[in-house]
Amino acid sequence: MATALAAPVDTTIEDPTRRPPLVTGDHDYQSITDTIHSISEHKTPRAWYIAFAVSSTATVTFFLLIGYLIYQGVGVWGNNNPVFWGWPIVNFVFWVGIGHAGTLISAILFLFRQNWRTSVNRFAEAMTIFAVVCAGIFPGIHVGRVWFAYWLAPYPATRLDMWPNFRSPLLWDVFAVSTYATVSLLFWYMGMIPDLATFRDRSKSKIKQFVYGVFALGWNGSARHWHRYEKAYMLLAALATPLVLSVHTVVSFDFAVAQLPGWHATIFPPYFVAGAVFSGFAMVITLMVPARKWFGLKDLVTLRHLENMCKVILATGSMVGFAYAIEFFIAWYGGNPYEGFAFINRAFGPYAWAYWTMVSCNVIAPQFFWIKKVRTTPWMMFIICIFVNIGMWFERFVITVTSLSRDFLPSSWAYFKPTPIDMAMFACSFGLFFTLFLLFCRYLPIVAMAEVKSVMPVPESEAKNDTKA
Amino acid sequence: MTPLSATLLEPETTQQDVADEPSGSVCGVLAEFSGPKELLRAAEMVRDAGYTKTDAFSPFPIHGMDDALGIKSTILPVIVLVVGLTGCAGGLLMQWWMNAVDYPFLISGKPLFSLPANIPVTFEIIVLTSAFTAFLGMLGLNGLPKPANPLFEQERFRGVTDNKFFMYVAADDPKYDGQEVVELFHRAGATWVDDVPNSTSPSRLPGAIKMALLVLFAIALVPPLMIYRARHTTSEAPRFDFFPDMDAQRYRSAQQSSDLFADGRAMRPQVAGTIAVGDFHENDAFFLGYIPGEDDEAPADEPAPADAAAPAAGAPAANEPDYVTEFPVEVTESLMQRGQLKFNIYCAPCHGLAGQGDGLVSLRAIELQQPTWVPPTNLISPPVVAQPVGKIYDTITNGRRKMSGYAAQIPPEDRWAIVLYVRALQKSQHASLEEIPEDKAAVLKNQK
Repeated sequence: MATALAAPVDTTIEDPTRRPPLVTGDHDYQSITDTIHSISEHKTPRAWYIAFAVSSTATVTFFLLIGYLIYQGVGVWGNNNPVFWGWPIVNFVFWVGIGHAGTLISAILFLFRQNWRTSVNRFAEAMTIFAVVCAGIFPGIHVGRVWFAYWLAPYPATRLDMWPNFRSPLLWDVFAVSTYATVSLLFWYMGMIPDLATFRDRSKSKIKQFVYGVFALGWNGSARHWHRYEKAYMLLAALATPLVLSVHTVVSFDFAVAQLPGWHATIFPPYFVAGAVFSGFAMVITLMVPARKWFGLKDLVTLRHLENMCKVILATGSMVGFAYAIEFFIAWYGGNPYEGFAFINRAFGPYAWAYWTMVSCNVIAPQFFWIKKVRTTPWMMFIICIFVNIGMWFERFVITVTSLSRDFLPSSWAYFKPTPIDMAMFACSFGLFFTLFLLFCRYLPIVAMAEVKSVMPVPESEAKNDTKA
Repeated sequence: MTPLSATLLEPETTQQDVADEPSGSVCGVLAEFSGPKELLRAAEMVRDAGYTKTDAFSPFPIHGMDDALGIKSTILPVIVLVVGLTGCAGGLLMQWWMNAVDYPFLISGKPLFSLPANIPVTFEIIVLTSAFTAFLGMLGLNGLPKPANPLFEQERFRGVTDNKFFMYVAADDPKYDGQEVVELFHRAGATWVDDVPNSTSPSRLPGAIKMALLVLFAIALVPPLMIYRARHTTSEAPRFDFFPDMDAQRYRSAQQSSDLFADGRAMRPQVAGTIAVGDFHENDAFFLGYIPGEDDEAPADEPAPADAAAPAAGAPAANEPDYVTEFPVEVTESLMQRGQLKFNIYCAPCHGLAGQGDGLVSLRAIELQQPTWVPPTNLISPPVVAQPVGKIYDTITNGRRKMSGYAAQIPPEDRWAIVLYVRALQKSQHASLEEIPEDKAAVLKNQK
């Protein structure tokens, strides 16, 4: 057993007689710590500085554009009658969808005792939080008078003398997304406390010791602490599981509760959740494939981890494809002429180019994951996941824009055109996402060390002791 | 309370500031074990030896350690359940009070409070409160954050978050005997055993941090104090709006001054000898409903009759203007239909569809016993029947008693159309069969 571990293992081979190891290579507890801690302890690589310079420039541009928007008004966007939702809402749904993989991996796979999640959950949770940050900005600035965004909160307003309408899906959305952001952050932080303590204890610099020490809250690995910690983690997972399913359900209500043909569909909640998981996992792979190479995590995030995620993408991608088909079936079977028109218009109207981009990226691209070679070759899955990311953005564009641009009243039909500001804002929101991500990779434990140590194969010295005992 | 690393925060005072702790005393015995299985065995031995103030330390949770140490199951799930249920009740109560009681939201006649529409927000509140309880409850029950710990001063103990496994028995355990514990640990296979001395670092927060916190607090107080002052004092300076929201605009308001004109007024008087577009009315009978005499400029200036029924039927009061008695427009079928349309829109809500003064607004006002409500006139009563058409037209134009004028809403052609329809209503409800054209009379007979 011990020698088998030291030799390179192909973890992607399905052998029902034994479980493939979750950590490959000749690792013990300390080498896990070293692998993760060295990422932040080593001198900052030049590539990081270059990447950070680019992404932080984009972030600053993003906030300058928001400032310009607030100064000038929403006219700087392409939003106009009848498409008042436009790109800001498309971007919001896109980012919030990406933000689903993290909590799904950390909560649902935890409850299902999928131990392979331990190597990727921290990474995915961080991605979730940064995606939700990007997502939260867009509806916030889309309200027009940004300085009144606080009216969304139920507070005793002396100026308004009224309360928010709790029966509006848009208000549900405020509650759902803010709750999701808060709980994801709690979950992420709580999972990180033991690892922050590791960083505290291993850092050489006094400043790092102090800062990590403050955030580690005095964690000392006590069994009594672990007992309550594990219970709390399980409770958070149990709470986050329905939450992660509810968030995109509520986002889909924004559309489904409206009477607009193409939006008013009961299939929206499950279809949106499947799409969110689909896009979220695609983003995890997009980030994970380069990260595991650059940070030397190939032993912790093995090919089997990536393959598992590809399988999730294949499953959810097929669900999304099925949902597209069902939408058309219901449009025909429901017999509503407006509904029927909305879907014919989607596939063959002025936005047919967007629709077929979406179908080829979301339905056809993931089907390549049936081939094992594609599932286990990082660069191939990277390319497919880029396509999925593009396709999922187009899905939201198709849903939002095609339905709005041709509604019940033909006299108000119009073709939506984004402005350069629209495009720059979306592009720069990636800057914000990557800035936060680069900071995370540089300064925080990117793999849940404590969790990996508890599921890794017993190190060699332990195995020897075992045979003696 | 000791900072995590006393040397970091106040290196000079570490050695001197030890007076409040009995120096040299021991707070427990710490032993290191080579791996999780050894630690588990040691924990079982320590438990079986009867020690209770014990703890095991490991880089990750070890399965079976709860039993081995005799840790009782935590109460945390119960706390989370209670808070979650409270959040559920609170969330529902909040939505009910805000949307159904304090500010009732009437939306398409839907019920003010219905469970399905309020479930999403309630659910989010449950999850939010429960998640915070799980996290803060875990910290609270664990006594975290606790930056100071005598164990942290053991250099070797730093490895506990990496690859080292420790077992600890506290000195305040009722069965504690230093020597015995050390022997027990050795029997259990410890690779290293030592006493843990009480902390020697200062227990108080260093002065510099205290000062910094105080200064931060003081600075944080400044903005709220400024807001408080601004709200409770008056100022000569114009109000400062961060976001003016088109409240203040560049054009001048009616009563403001302007340097642009010699008279200093922003509002310009009408230029002498001109008439505004749309204000030229050639035909008085059509536009006014009466022919103005020498003395009376407008009938609107005269005091309105106290009661609609008071003026004697058919006898115009002496001070009434010269109302027209014939329609100044051509009476046609389409004008009649126009009148019906406009009457039903503008007049029927109060006067009733048949003009009998029993419109829905009036019925509702009477039902609510509104003290200031004056019942609308019955348009088919003899005094109104006796009025010349010009007077009815004038009533619509300028209003009577509680009724305000409709000149702004209804153009003159439509006012005449309404007068025509009122005449029709009056006639139709007092008509005899002979007055009806024969073809229409046949239809009416068939209906009966």
